[in-house]
Amino acid sequence: MVSELNNRIDRRFAKLRSEGRKALVTYIVAGDGGLENTVELMHQLVASGSDLIELGVPFSDPMAEGPVIQKGHERALEQKASLRKCLELLKEFRSRDEETPVILMGYANPIEKMGAEAFADALKEAGGDGALTVDLPAEEAGPLNDLLNARELRNIFLLTPTTSDERIAQITKLASGFVYYVSLKGVTGAGHLDLDSVRDNLARIRCHTNLPLCVGFGIKDGASAKAVSADGDGAVVGSVLVAAVGDSADGAAAKDRIGGIVAEMRSALDG
Amino acid sequence: MTKPSSPIDFGAYPDARGHFGEFGGRFVSETLISALDELQEMYQRLKNDADFQAAFDYDLAHYVGRPSPLYLAERLTESAGGAKIWLKREDLNHTGAHKVNNTVGQALLAKHSGKKRVIAETGAGQHGVATATVAARLGLKCAVYMGAEDVKRQSPNVYRMKLLGAEVIPVESGSKTLKDAMNEAMRDWVTNVDDTFYIIGTVAGPHPYPQLVRDFNSIIGREARRQSLEQFGQLPDALVACVGGGSNAIGLFHPFLGDESVKMYGVEAGGDGLETGRHAAPLNDGVPGILHGNRTYLMEDEDGQIIETHSVSAGLDYPGVGPEHAWLHDIGRVDYVTANDDEALTAFRTLTRKEGIIPALESSHAVAYGLKLAATMRPDQNIVVNLSGRGDKDIFTVAAIDGIEV
Ligand SMILES: Cc1ncc(COP(=O)(O)O)c(C=O)c1O
Repeated sequence: MVSELNNRIDRRFAKLRSEGRKALVTYIVAGDGGLENTVELMHQLVASGSDLIELGVPFSDPMAEGPVIQKGHERALEQKASLRKCLELLKEFRSRDEETPVILMGYANPIEKMGAEAFADALKEAGGDGALTVDLPAEEAGPLNDLLNARELRNIFLLTPTTSDERIAQITKLASGFVYYVSLKGVTGAGHLDLDSVRDNLARIRCHTNLPLCVGFGIKDGASAKAVSADGDGAVVGSVLVAAVGDSADGAAAKDRIGGIVAEMRSALDG
Repeated sequence: MTKPSSPIDFGAYPDARGHFGEFGGRFVSETLISALDELQEMYQRLKNDADFQAAFDYDLAHYVGRPSPLYLAERLTESAGGAKIWLKREDLNHTGAHKVNNTVGQALLAKHSGKKRVIAETGAGQHGVATATVAARLGLKCAVYMGAEDVKRQSPNVYRMKLLGAEVIPVESGSKTLKDAMNEAMRDWVTNVDDTFYIIGTVAGPHPYPQLVRDFNSIIGREARRQSLEQFGQLPDALVACVGGGSNAIGLFHPFLGDESVKMYGVEAGGDGLETGRHAAPLNDGVPGILHGNRTYLMEDEDGQIIETHSVSAGLDYPGVGPEHAWLHDIGRVDYVTANDDEALTAFRTLTRKEGIIPALESSHAVAYGLKLAATMRPDQNIVVNLSGRGDKDIFTVAAIDGIEV
């Protein structure tokens, strides 16, 4: 067993549990809206009520993303964002925020290029708390998992409506930090949320793990965030934030827009 | 490159998790794992099922028109002035390329799965046409993803797919070519996984695709082996095939991998030349990485972003390569070489004029290297060159290079 409180993610969920509150997990793409604005946007997410930040690492071929987040990745790549840059931005964020957990969410190839061990070292050094690698399912995740565990970094796994009970058992053995339940069959930003299915599947997952369960994909506003987290421990929101950054004329406007969206979700979750 | 000391049982690869040495595997999001498990289970069962094999053999014989001839190209041989050049005539298959061997096989799997809709990605449009063809025959709904750039470049194939009843969906993301079409097909599959069968067009993608696409195309090599023994009384000295994703090449090579005397050459697209960086030759000038569900050699930048490729032939314009080729490259069993755009175009014209056969630009890369190789060999030696497709689809590209409007 990993020691519970050596990691910001664990500390944050312990605190939320003791307060009886749900987690609000927010996702933006590093570099989207300008490399110089990313750290400010992260602080704004926290100020408006985000408990945990998933910082998206842009990739040329983001296979699991819908059109909105794909465009976010393309805009970030135009800004020359990269895994290395993400780690720098994270370090800068950390210099002013010692508490808020941050995980890097992205695809396997940039990590493969840097080298898994170098990545795990750099993530630790930058003040990161974990990683979520979309195209690294349990059967391929072993080596990275060991490297992250050895550094008290958490490895966040996805579970989906199509994951069998047998796999849930296998994946939750590897998982740490929290479990990310993908609410639907589809890509990010899809719209066909089915709350009954979310409830049934969360119950299925609960049989296998005590880790916090956060629900993502298809969450657009306070009402949907509240609805999906009723049976879980939190909600993950991405596409609406990335769309807001994309639609904003400059960094200040982006800050205002995402601040408003997150504040509305926070009050719905706490209300 | 290290040569293995004891003979390798090539039929034992991939392993149960889809690995060829350190390559292959299954790098996809969790949603797709159950569909891949289901496909793998079904394929393992049907692979050894006599009725399934009989249905596949029947379709290859009566729908595709197999066996394809092994043709001694005498005037081509004469022009090279060395080893005899034999052409494996995949261009004579229904729909004009080897791609249909695979789509006929996967269509049978789709039928067994009970799914009513098939999807595919396509670059040049050959795989899209071959998929739309089998979908029409089985009465399945069909959607083909094609990069917006390729839709413009390959309009005759776009119209062909539409005639066959397929929906052609232009992909506007990323570089708007084959790799982006594959991303979009994966996204469709994640969304519609309950009723959709994804027919991947080459030996790439997550396990079990590289294996099953190889197995369906291995009819090429099994025929070529038998025909070689019948027509010139021995195994060929060398095999040559072009490599995009690598399905026609592995189809020819695989049944010969255990025959140590048979040398093999996979020809990647050299584009403007390896030294210019403008090419599509990941085995010659790439590094191992992860894309489209498997670990293989890729063309990427220093941050691990996939970079754009260049080739006169749309079917070779892909930044990755099948994981089995990555492994065969590393163990040194197959030599991976390149032919540049201009060499392929010269070979295209040479074959057309010397033999009355207009080859696909993809296949022209194999012909170009075959000509070079033959010149270094003796007249009593034999080379089999895989003529993976016919060139009707490419006459507009060649005409444009000649400054002629067709
Ligand atoms: C005639 C022909 N040959 C070769 C290829 C390349 O594919 P592969 O390397 O999978 O055989 C294509 C792809 O479109 C093709 O149409």
